[in-house]
Amino acid sequence: MSTTYTKKQVAELIDGVLDWETVRRMLFMPKDPLRFAMYIEVLQERAKWEDKIVLPLAPHLYIVEDKNGDIVNKCDCGYVFGPYQENWKLNALIYVRDSVEKFNQVYPKLMSPDAEWQVYREYYCPECACQHDVEAPVPWYPVIHDFEPDIAEFYKWVGLKVPKGIAA
Amino acid sequence: MNKPESISGGSTTRKSILANGKTLAQNRADMYNISKESGHYDGLKELKLKSSDPITYEKIFSKLRAGVVNARETAKKIAASPIVEQEGELCFTLYNTAGDCICTSTGIIIHVGTMGMCIKYMIENNWEEDPTVNPGDMFTNNDCQIGNVHPCDIATIVPIFHEGNLVAWVGGVTHVIDTGAAGPGSMSNGQVQRFGDGVQITCRKTGINDKPMRDWQHEVQRNVRTPKYWILDERTRIAGDHMIRDIVEEVIADVGVETFIQFSSEIIEDGRRGLVKRINDILIPGKYNTVAFVDVPYMHEDVHVPSPFAKVDTIMHAPCTITVKPEATWRLDFEGCSRWGWHTYNANPTAFTSGIWVMMTQTVVPTERINDGSLFASEFRLPKGTWTNPNDRRTAHADAWHFLVSSWSSLWRAVSRGYFSRGYLEEVNAGNSNPCNWMQGGGFNQEEEIHAVNSFETAACGTGACAMKDGLNHAAAIWNPEGDMGDCEIWELAEPLLYMGRAIKSNTGGYGKYRGGMGFETLRMVHNSADWCMFFMGNGYMNSDWGLHGGYPSATGYRFEAHNTGLHKRIAEGKSLPMGHDWNPDEPDYENHLEPGAEVKRDSQCITTEAIFENGDLYLNYLRGGPGFGDPLDRTIENIEKDLNDVVLLEEYAIKIYGAKFTKDAEGYYTVDADATLARQAEMRKERLSRGTPVKEWMKGERQNILDKKASVQVQQMFASSFELSQPFLDKFRAFWSLPSDWLVTEKELGVPAFGAKHHMDLSQMPDVKTVVLVEE
Repeated sequence: MSTTYTKKQVAELIDGVLDWETVRRMLFMPKDPLRFAMYIEVLQERAKWEDKIVLPLAPHLYIVEDKNGDIVNKCDCGYVFGPYQENWKLNALIYVRDSVEKFNQVYPKLMSPDAEWQVYREYYCPECACQHDVEAPVPWYPVIHDFEPDIAEFYKWVGLKVPKGIAA
Repeated sequence: MNKPESISGGSTTRKSILANGKTLAQNRADMYNISKESGHYDGLKELKLKSSDPITYEKIFSKLRAGVVNARETAKKIAASPIVEQEGELCFTLYNTAGDCICTSTGIIIHVGTMGMCIKYMIENNWEEDPTVNPGDMFTNNDCQIGNVHPCDIATIVPIFHEGNLVAWVGGVTHVIDTGAAGPGSMSNGQVQRFGDGVQITCRKTGINDKPMRDWQHEVQRNVRTPKYWILDERTRIAGDHMIRDIVEEVIADVGVETFIQFSSEIIEDGRRGLVKRINDILIPGKYNTVAFVDVPYMHEDVHVPSPFAKVDTIMHAPCTITVKPEATWRLDFEGCSRWGWHTYNANPTAFTSGIWVMMTQTVVPTERINDGSLFASEFRLPKGTWTNPNDRRTAHADAWHFLVSSWSSLWRAVSRGYFSRGYLEEVNAGNSNPCNWMQGGGFNQEEEIHAVNSFETAACGTGACAMKDGLNHAAAIWNPEGDMGDCEIWELAEPLLYMGRAIKSNTGGYGKYRGGMGFETLRMVHNSADWCMFFMGNGYMNSDWGLHGGYPSATGYRFEAHNTGLHKRIAEGKSLPMGHDWNPDEPDYENHLEPGAEVKRDSQCITTEAIFENGDLYLNYLRGGPGFGDPLDRTIENIEKDLNDVVLLEEYAIKIYGAKFTKDAEGYYTVDADATLARQAEMRKERLSRGTPVKEWMKGERQNILDKKASVQVQQMFASSFELSQPFLDKFRAFWSLPSDWLVTEKELGVPAFGAKHHMDLSQMPDVKTVVLVEE
């Protein structure tokens, strides 16, 4: 048993303006299996490009199928971060906060880390400058590949046709 | 690699206490092995009772579940300790004959696993033969070597019999205020081994005929600082256990013992299926890679430890790969974790995995049906020798939470990536806050009694931001979702510490499109105490709660304490006093309301050991905020304005983070100029492009830093410790940075003591001990 929602409600959820009663119902009740398809539909309508959204990764970052059938990581602005299996961060810009002065731009000195222990690594889109992620590791730490989705299996879970460019 | 145990069962000369005639160990072995072989708990491919008589099935569940919840609510009123009575730091759980959880109450549900492990330990070590298990018995456990989180969580276990046969176990646990550790307070630091970590009781028979034994009570009460609380907490646990035993007896009278026994296996298989269903419903298959860190700054002069080899700065490292499999089960692999250490922050596999369930019940499986079935749909890998699974019986655990909460935050962030990608934005949580500071201390209190305190205000920290709303301010802690900061008036009764103020702590929630929930701060003045000491416990040089999808981590902690304040004189003279907000620690104001000569400590050293506090001295208890979600430049103008008017965002950071352009009227009301702010944000985006470096370019410089071994000793020690324990982690590290195949950093070359790295002795090497292992090691 699940509760279903309208496309308008899903759009309002994405925009953070959905009424609290409906949000509560979403939290309390079993999940609606149609959500993913509806979510993709709303995001696709808003996209500035023609590529087909395969999986949203972050508010402005997607795995998409481009016109050549290639599956890539893509920003809202159109910048392509490379093949979907690769860590998109490796093709981003990075800014490392590793000093008192740099940390003081985001927090009072006593409320930010000590750079001898920890740094902040901000990852920006090279075109639109969207801050897609902030890591807070120790120095030397390898760039983290946060998520490696098994898209082929997921599409089976939700009953959708697996895009051709997805490795089985 | 060690695998989870294969159980062979035991032998006994005594008549079986089970209706099936087996020993407890053989009974458990049979249930465990058939579960592993069949993939279904107790081999139950069908839920016959549930399918044939669903009404009875649901009736039994409802009665038992209501019984354990009601027992908790009733029993907590018996407690005197505000930790239990105000914060609800207790939990009751019902187990089947094998020690697997049937259902649990609300509260500190991490103990579903810890008490279950205690029962399994008694089963595997033949407690039925000696000291024997009889109707009316009680067993007490708080031993961290067999699964307890930390010594202050005391469990009372009661076997439940029907017509002479064991049919179930019930366990109750409370967090007591003191365990007689080297320092006062339930989660003290300073001690570095088990032998200073407080009294530890190993599944000891402490009651017969429903009555605690006199020798037990005489012995244990004098081993703690707060016997009054100890006695009442034990009565709390016994009362709850016996209430639940009554409920079980009623159920058996109603449905018959065979149906009850059938139910007690089916409900666990039901729980296993429930997790699989939920993973399939809400997550995405694949790999989620995450990591967490937290600081152990022990080189500081305000950290006093008894052993020179403990006087080192170290960092907890907890990488994790969560693999969600096509069949909707999952595996959590912690390969690469750092070694256990000479401090009180070590964990053990049961504390670690049980705690993960506390978190998961707030997100993946938010259901009252949580039980040990979930464990049978999960695989955990906790490498032996790491802080998650020490290979030495000397380890201390009093504040295991310092590491546990830090590592779990990253797991919540990881599964939230799945929720976001799937469109379940309402489930996303950027992570939990690091719930601290733990304000602790002791001496003589206002009633002239030997006393200890551990403020549980930390039960109400800020929560992480969601993908469609801000986090909640001063709301909860990961270890007790029912958390409550407690009433000031009650804390003042329990502690010789007056409230000089309690306020929302500005700028503590991580910034983002949606910001993390704010923490809060309370300023306490020591009053009517004698021979009094206090200390701090939390994160300061690092934070463990990163943001998600471009949101910032929450603020780190800091310490404020003041001595020789002259406050009594100022009060007498009617002068101004330090009260309420410590608005911006970089522009301190408390100091303007102290007498000349006051000694103030303001720094990032958030772990200290006992320091003397005189009456009139001040202690700031700052409870942390939660991390943020999304690019801060996506935050709406209305929300920026609201933050300013709610006084949760300092003006300076509204400008620096959000590019806000605003005015403030005579009454202090802020109005943000949308056009001017958007124009400034456009400039800020250009500034990002200008200061950013292509990652692959930056990597060349960072690689050189590694080759040059340019990093602080504590950072290098962390890597050295993980490299020594994990060749796979070392291989990955070398591969990522394209390092020579012989590149390495070792603790030896850093010149720091590494006691325990080469020489260690595990509990399993003790005579007549059979350890219980439920994870891959």
